[in-house]
Amino acid sequence: MVQSEKVIEMIGITKKFGEFKANDNIHLDVKKGEIHALLGENGAGKSTLMNMLSGLLTPTSGQIRVNGQDVSISSPNVANDLGIGMVHQHFMLVEKFSVTENIVLGKEEHRFGFMDKDTANKQVQELSDRYGLSVDPKKLVENITVGMQQRVEILKTLYRGADILIFDEPTGVLTPQEIQELMSIMRKLVSEGKSIILITHKLDEIKQVADRCTVIRRGKSIDTVNVRETSQQELADMMVGRSVSFTVDKKPAEPKEAVLKVENLTVKESRGYDAVKNVSFEVKAGEVLGIAGVDGNGQSQLISAITGLMKSASGKITLNGKNITNKKPRMITESGLGHIPEDRHKFGLVLPMTLEENIALQTYYQKPFSNHGFLNYKEIKSYAKKLIEEFDVRTPSEVHSASSLSGGNQQKAIIAREIARDPDFLIAAQPTRGLDVGAIEYIHKRLVEQRDKGRAVLLMSYELDEIMNVSDRIAVMYDGRIIAVVDAKETTEQELGLLMAGVDKNRASAETVTAE
Amino acid sequence: MLTMNKDRLNNLLVPIFSIFLGLIFGALLMLAFGFNPITAYNAMISGVFGSPYFLGEALRAATILTFTGLGFSIAFKAGFFNIGVAGQLLVGWTASIWVALAFPDLPRLMLVTMSIAAAIFAGAVWAGVAGALRAYFGTSEVIVTIMLNYTALHLTNYLILNVLGTGNTTERVSENANLSIGWLTELTAGSRLNVGIFIAMVVVFLYWIFMTKTTAGFEVRAVGLNPHASTYAGMSATKNIILSMLISGGLAGLGGAIHGLGTFGNLFTQSGLPTAGFNGIAVALLGLGNPIGIFFSSILFGVLEIGAGFLPNGAGVPDEMASIVTAAIIFFVGANYIIRFFMNKLNNKKTQAVQEGE
Amino acid sequence: MDILVLLQLIVSSSLMYAAPLIFTALGGTFSERSGVVNIGLEGIMVMGAFMSAVFNLLMFDTFGGLTPWLGLLAGGLIGVLFSLIHAVATINLRADHIVSGTVINLAAPALAVFLTKIIFDAAQTGPLARSFGRSNILGLQNIPVIGPIFFENTSGPAYLGILVAGIAWVVLFKTRFGLRLRSVGEHPQAAETLGINVLRFKYYGVMISGLLGGIGGAIQAQAIHNEFGILTVAGQGFIAMAAMIFGKWNPLGAMGAAVFFGFAQSLSRVGSYIPVIQDIPNIWLQVLPYLLTILILVGLIGRSEAPKKLGITYIKGN
Repeated sequence: MVQSEKVIEMIGITKKFGEFKANDNIHLDVKKGEIHALLGENGAGKSTLMNMLSGLLTPTSGQIRVNGQDVSISSPNVANDLGIGMVHQHFMLVEKFSVTENIVLGKEEHRFGFMDKDTANKQVQELSDRYGLSVDPKKLVENITVGMQQRVEILKTLYRGADILIFDEPTGVLTPQEIQELMSIMRKLVSEGKSIILITHKLDEIKQVADRCTVIRRGKSIDTVNVRETSQQELADMMVGRSVSFTVDKKPAEPKEAVLKVENLTVKESRGYDAVKNVSFEVKAGEVLGIAGVDGNGQSQLISAITGLMKSASGKITLNGKNITNKKPRMITESGLGHIPEDRHKFGLVLPMTLEENIALQTYYQKPFSNHGFLNYKEIKSYAKKLIEEFDVRTPSEVHSASSLSGGNQQKAIIAREIARDPDFLIAAQPTRGLDVGAIEYIHKRLVEQRDKGRAVLLMSYELDEIMNVSDRIAVMYDGRIIAVVDAKETTEQELGLLMAGVDKNRASAETVTAE
Repeated sequence: MLTMNKDRLNNLLVPIFSIFLGLIFGALLMLAFGFNPITAYNAMISGVFGSPYFLGEALRAATILTFTGLGFSIAFKAGFFNIGVAGQLLVGWTASIWVALAFPDLPRLMLVTMSIAAAIFAGAVWAGVAGALRAYFGTSEVIVTIMLNYTALHLTNYLILNVLGTGNTTERVSENANLSIGWLTELTAGSRLNVGIFIAMVVVFLYWIFMTKTTAGFEVRAVGLNPHASTYAGMSATKNIILSMLISGGLAGLGGAIHGLGTFGNLFTQSGLPTAGFNGIAVALLGLGNPIGIFFSSILFGVLEIGAGFLPNGAGVPDEMASIVTAAIIFFVGANYIIRFFMNKLNNKKTQAVQEGE
Repeated sequence: MDILVLLQLIVSSSLMYAAPLIFTALGGTFSERSGVVNIGLEGIMVMGAFMSAVFNLLMFDTFGGLTPWLGLLAGGLIGVLFSLIHAVATINLRADHIVSGTVINLAAPALAVFLTKIIFDAAQTGPLARSFGRSNILGLQNIPVIGPIFFENTSGPAYLGILVAGIAWVVLFKTRFGLRLRSVGEHPQAAETLGINVLRFKYYGVMISGLLGGIGGAIQAQAIHNEFGILTVAGQGFIAMAAMIFGKWNPLGAMGAAVFFGFAQSLSRVGSYIPVIQDIPNIWLQVLPYLLTILILVGLIGRSEAPKKLGITYIKGN
């Protein structure tokens, strides 16, 4: 089935953003008629690599060959002409247009400028039939399911004559059944002579459909393997790597009573699907509960529901014995919540405001920072100065805007604000994303310190290292559910890697045991 | 300290460059039509500053612009474009005259206070409708306030013709509702400059206190700059939208009261919306939302407005030239991307030069 | 009054007031469909009205009876020129759409009166050489009953507007150009990835709005006021925007709303002849279009009728 003709060769590709090497001498080759998986953690450099193939970025150095020819892919149009099509993770669809209109846009069938709808519909119908996509060309995109919308994205590339299709994390928003259908569509596509690059970090998907797999870790290509000859565990190994760069010194946890209780929580996304499905867990005083999982498995929505930023559809959340389900954020905060948000620019800081104002963002209305509705800037300033000193926030002054600080110092300012309020329960969501080693170590230390002071800490992170180093217990989320809660001291990266990929607990431990 | 100084400098440079470019644009236009721009600008300046009366009138015009400018600005700070200040000013004007005519014999302090309060209330309600629709239904405040502008225009004209006035105008309000101050009128040779200018200064100060020193102002600013982070920090976007629109309309209504009781002393049918409303938007944009900046922008536009009257005789230029310059200034403020773009380029070059020099 | 005569009066008067609104509302539709808010339509109408008045007075000797029709073109062309300011500011210089529109609305009346004074030495042009007047429509006035009501002694520009609305609908929904224009207002990133030049289509949208808004202003001057002065347009541009929203950004809907608003405006003038209507205070008829628009906007909640990326500056690669 797999022929040896190489349709894509990426040789020694390096892409720098300033000093940062997003891709470092990566090699990738894709053979005609294969499904080639590109595996790696968030931020490993997969998207950067594929953006160079689809013409959105150009490499700093290295060579790309398509069908054996050296090419320079300077724009999406060039990629298109070379037969490369991208099925975007976030669909690029005009919701109010029909399926056909979305597909033909920019390459319309027309007579003297008038749309030739019938011909276009017929062409789309034929393409759809040929690859078994069963899409209704005349329906409006806003009226079809997410799975169908993805097929429209696939048809867009096929309509433009793509022979090489890149699927960027295609299953993130799909139901299990839709995923199965997508898998068979992909098989059908290769059987018709197309080649596919599948970007993913879900191992079971790779095992199911991919022929070969290239693993990328921290911007470097680790290896390319034949999927059939490689176990999920080996793949997980390569993806996560063995380098545990920063270990945190910590005493054994002394967990006490439960501070946060979540019972049967379900959260609906605006599009109507359940992002969190019937989740129950608790976080005890004196422990760090880590929430592990691949991005997009409901972690963000879970935290939004606990903090009052999103409505819970059903279930109950209790903090310090108080029911906080669907309460306003301020009431929840005052009940003892500290929250280091996942997106610090969107939620954590008002960037144009000064550092001291940002440090007072949660407490400005309380004494001593205000009195009878008037702010007391003297108090705010001295408090901000104290925290800047204590938490080592590097800034020229407390009246500089938050936007003028480096990412690490912005995060330190948020942590200072949240920890200094001495909350009984602290949520840290992706607290070290994009930060340098020094800042990461510092933040980990602070989190453990909170635990040792008898606070309950919930750490949500996509970084396995971080979860394993800081947490006492680890809950793994997959597809909106907590599929396992494991002891951090007893688990292994392999086990977690498999769980994160949706392999259930019994099987995961069994495989680990056999491997040992 | 360097970055902050640079920020402040850049913030000051944008309006200054805009004024400069606006004046240049006006000059080029005048040259194109065979006028002498220097004579024209000179006629405006010497006309206004050469006579206490016209200086008084310029300050009188600036007074109204300060109110509408501050009114527009607070909504803008909270993230809304209140294009309805003109209508809110008009309903405030109407309300103040209505109250003043209804109780002509009340003591002066009481009548003035009541009339002004009615104006603030009317303006606040008029803007509050748009704020509430935005907060609860997400309705575009731009369209709603435009529609309310014309509703106000027709409604006040109807009230004058049918309820308040005789013919196209109302009676003049009694002396007890008058805002003029003897010494100020005398000092400015009989201009209509009135106590409003002091009220304006007080409001500028209060506005500054509100925005920088109170928790409520802190919330308005935070919600306007980042609604997500503000919600995360427990503030209510809904409350702040409505509050800022109420204050915005109240300030415009206050301007209307000063216009009614101070400038004219009566109310008459309007063929269009009061220009002070739209010029208030210009003032606020040029002042970049800073109350002191708005005050000085108001004076600039007040001088332009009154100075325009000297263009025909002093330089043979139609007086609309002043409004064209105003529009040009705001064009450059709005398109400040280009000014900042060039300033950044300049800065980068400088930094590079410094680094290379080192 | 004879019922037939009365109906004829209402219809022709409604159409007369509707004509400028139809064109301008169609213009707004094109701009907003491409994602650019254009509250500067008011100012563009002013420029169109000014230009057509000048053209009318200066060119009547050359063109005679055709002058008002050619005046539409003159108004449309100046509208395109003026809309380019808005296009450059919002599309290239990333100015806020409302700020830029406000600038246009500040600048246009000032500039138009400035130029009027230079040309005519007065703030108004004075009566035009030839206004549109009333005309019969293509012999249709001979149809019994309906003919006299709708097609006799009525507004020519209004029927042209209705025709243009039909064409605009076809262009927006049946042509390649329309599909691309709408895609740019709905999802510019998607359009860009499919090789469509987003900025160029936004320019098209804004320039068409300038053309049609300018024509709307030209009709206002040449069919209703018969002169140009500062009060010629006085808010009609904003009513046209209301018509566009009322018509849900659809050319036919916008045309229908414009005719309705024209009817409302004419009622405040001819309403005194009509039973029932004559008992309603004038004020209600005057503010009806505005209040209706607000109600419609509130009623549209949750149904995203407006183009999705309306008013959002598109920055390539974002």
